[in-house]
This record gives sequence, C-alpha cells and structure tokens, in this order.
Amino acid sequence: MKRIIYALGATILILCLALISAACGKTRVAISTTTSLYDTGLWGVLEPMFEEDYNVELDILRAGTGIAIEYGKRGDVDAIAVHSKSREQQFVADGYGIERVPFAYNYFVIVGPADDPAGIGDLSPEDALEKLFTDASSRFISRGDDSGTHSKEKAIWTAAGYDYDTEIVGAGTWYVEAAKGMGPTLLMASEMEGYTISDMGTFLAQQAKLDLVAVVDEGAILLNVYSVIACNPDNTNSSVNLEMGQNLVTFLTSDEVQTIIGDYGVAEYGRQLFIPCAGNEPTS
Amino acid sequence: MTEIWDGLVKAFQLIFTFDPTVTSIAARSLWISASACLIATAICVPLGAVIHFNNFKGKKFLISTVQTLWSMPTVAMGLLVFLVFSRSGPLGIFGLLFSPSVMIIGQVLLISPLILGLVISALNGIDKLIPETAVSLGASRMQKAILTIREARYAITAALIMGFGRAISEVGLSIMVGGNIARYTRTIPTAIALETQKGNIELSIALGIILILIAFVINISLHMLQRKKA
Repeated sequence: MKRIIYALGATILILCLALISAACGKTRVAISTTTSLYDTGLWGVLEPMFEEDYNVELDILRAGTGIAIEYGKRGDVDAIAVHSKSREQQFVADGYGIERVPFAYNYFVIVGPADDPAGIGDLSPEDALEKLFTDASSRFISRGDDSGTHSKEKAIWTAAGYDYDTEIVGAGTWYVEAAKGMGPTLLMASEMEGYTISDMGTFLAQQAKLDLVAVVDEGAILLNVYSVIACNPDNTNSSVNLEMGQNLVTFLTSDEVQTIIGDYGVAEYGRQLFIPCAGNEPTS
Repeated sequence: MTEIWDGLVKAFQLIFTFDPTVTSIAARSLWISASACLIATAICVPLGAVIHFNNFKGKKFLISTVQTLWSMPTVAMGLLVFLVFSRSGPLGIFGLLFSPSVMIIGQVLLISPLILGLVISALNGIDKLIPETAVSLGASRMQKAILTIREARYAITAALIMGFGRAISEVGLSIMVGGNIARYTRTIPTAIALETQKGNIELSIALGIILILIAFVINISLHMLQRKKA
C-alpha cells in the first residue's frame, strides 16, 4: 500500500512541477540563435531591453544554425536568428517561417598563423582556398558541423570550383574536420598552426588567446548576414507565439536597437562587430 | 598548466565573493539534481523492494535490463526526452521543453535505473536470517520489507549518492532538454560546456571545482546523517 502511495506521490510531484512552470510567472518567449551571435555577448544587452519593452521572459537558446532551424520547425521556439541565407529561404519557403528579415551583417575572415606559411595573404578567398588545396602542406581546420560558418566554407569551395563532398572531404590529412563550435575550432587551428574560417565577432573576442591573425578578410563571398525569422504557428505548432515572434523582428530592426548593434563591441574590441542593416539585404 | 592554477584561484575568488551569477547557477544545479534524486528515490526504493521480495518470471532479465540502462548515454536520454516533450512531440502540450521541470524529469529517468539496480543489490546483500527471524516472531510482509530496507540503509545511501552524482554532473541531457538558457536552465555542467566553447578556460575550471565542492559537502552531510541514524 505504502509503495503505491509513494509512486502516486512522485507522479503528483511531477505534475505539480509541470503546472507551476506552466502557469507561474510571465509569458516565456523563446528564440534560437546561432552560436557566433550568442558568444559575442550581444544578447546580454538586448535581452533585458526586450523583456522590459514587452513584459515577457525571453529565453535565448544558443545553437548551431542547423539545430536552431530544427527547433523552429518543431515549434519549440517563437523565432530564429541565424546566418545561412539558403537555409533561411528554404525555411520560409517550406512555410515554417513568416519572412526572412536581415538585421545585421559582418564579414567572415580566413585566419591563420602570423607568418602565413601558405602565402595566401594577398589572394581572394576563393584563390586562397584553392592554394591551400593544391599545396596541401598547411592544415585547414573546418568546422565540419553543418553550422552557418561551415555552410559559408562550403560555398567558398564551390565558388573556387570544387565539389565539396567528393573533392574536399577526405582530401588529405591537411583537411581537418573539427566538428566543434567556433571557439574550439579556432583553438585547434592555433594549436595546429593551421588556417580556418571564422566569423569576425568570435575571432576578435578570442584573438588574445590565439596565435592567429586575420589573413584574408576581403571579398564579397565573405559577407555574413544575420537574419531573424518569426515562426509560423500554422505549419510548426499552434503553441508558437506569432505576436511575440513578430515583436522580436520589430525590436531587432528598430532604430534604437540598430544603433546599439552598430556600437556593440567598439569599446571592448576597438572595432565594430556588426553593421546594422534593418530589413535590407546587404550586397557587399 | 597555468590555466589550472588560474582556475583554482578564480574558483576561490568566485566562491568567497559570492559571485551572484555563479551562486545562482550553483543553486539551480543543486535544486534540480536534488529534486531529481528525491523523486527517483521515492520511486526506486519501494519499486526495488517489490522486485526483490517477489519471485516472478523474467526477474533476472528485468534486473539485467535495468543494469544495462546504467550505460545509457546522457545525450541519448536527452534526445529521447527532447522528442517526447518537444511541442511537436507526444507530451508537447504541456509546454515543458526548455524548462527546469523537464530537466528534472530527464534526470529522474536517467538515474532511476542506477538507483533501482543498486537498491536491489543492496537488499540482496542483507542476511536473510534477520527478516526471517522477524517473520517467525509474527512480523507482516510489510514489516519484513521495512526491516530489510533499514538494514540495507548504508548501501542504499551509497546508491543515492551515485544517483545524485550522475544527475548533477551530466551535461548532455541538460543542454538538450533545458537549452542552457541563462538564469533559467543553466547549470554548472552546461555553463562549463558553454564557457569552454567561448574560450573562458579559467572560469570553466573554477566552475568545475565549485561542482566538486558541492558534491563533497553533500556527501559529507549524507554520511553524517547516516552515522546519526545508526
């Protein structure tokens, strides 16, 4: 008898926990955001502002672009903020998202040892990767995790005339697939005296701990656009909060927040991390 | 090497200045895992007694299955709980994903096999003579069970410590179902995972040291409690 009571008690306890967290407190709004955006600390500034403006609790989920989009498809978040244009367009085309709204951009950089052993410093991003491929003497550390940064790397290989899956993956010991986040990948490149592609924000934030410099930082292909997309409750899950998702879009593209995004990091890194672009697709 | 020393120094700085962020993360870790451990105990001790005191077909197989689940990778359990509690999953209507509650539920599922298996072996280890004597003196089945559980209390406490240790130290499940949300579902292990990714090695080491210290205090308290009861 007693054990039945115990089991019953435990079940009731779980249900209570469920009810408490569901009923208690403010509305919780969830946004999944790419690691590179999260790790710059920008959300630390924006989160309290949004929470105050709309009287909600904002839950920010740090995830790679792949999983961030997956959360969106499953209806587990109300909006996504990521940086992979083709996948974002697919997300909207499939009906999961309302509209893709670019809100800031910066550039990717190819980073490597200061003495640039492969001699790619003066080349365009496409030529730089081609030289790394043909020389095969310096290591290249790939994110290898299907992240937005990894997508960009694949795009550059494609632009350089290679088929990523057949020619680059497994091309030799010089091509290392880290399968890690940006931070650990940069650390790996530094330890291995190799090259990698990073978003500017993460690289600047960690540069002090690395023996790496920006080797190639010019070229239209290095453009890195961050967009926000409100999730569509009709095709994801009816519990998705469309109003708050759209509020997030409005918030991120508002004049006030755009100014904050533009100024962010200048004091700390001596350099602008993001260029605001409220709703417009940057071209170069 | 200097990172480890720096981490140690930083750990003590954070502890003795009662850093608000670290304190709240540590408190959250503690209450989530302690709740999970209590719930798992409330389920597993009676259930273990039921399994121990009854002979039924497939009992050995059941115990082997329970013990096999000790090897359940935390991320695999995390993925399972994620799929069940995701808004598109079967229990999605509760809206529990990315909340401390679902972390507790996940940890209960994760550590229950461990506690259950160890409770059963604890009960097995008790000299049959004591409960049988009690029965011959007129004790009921219930009294016999309670007597045996009392006799096995040391081994059962060890089982709880094991369960608590697995709960408070796991990272895979917590990140997957909790989402590592600042001030809401961030615990010490998930904070370590994040800070390491961001390259804050000293802070990660400091958090690791704080986790060990918490575990140490918990273990000492449980042992003192045990001694008092004995």
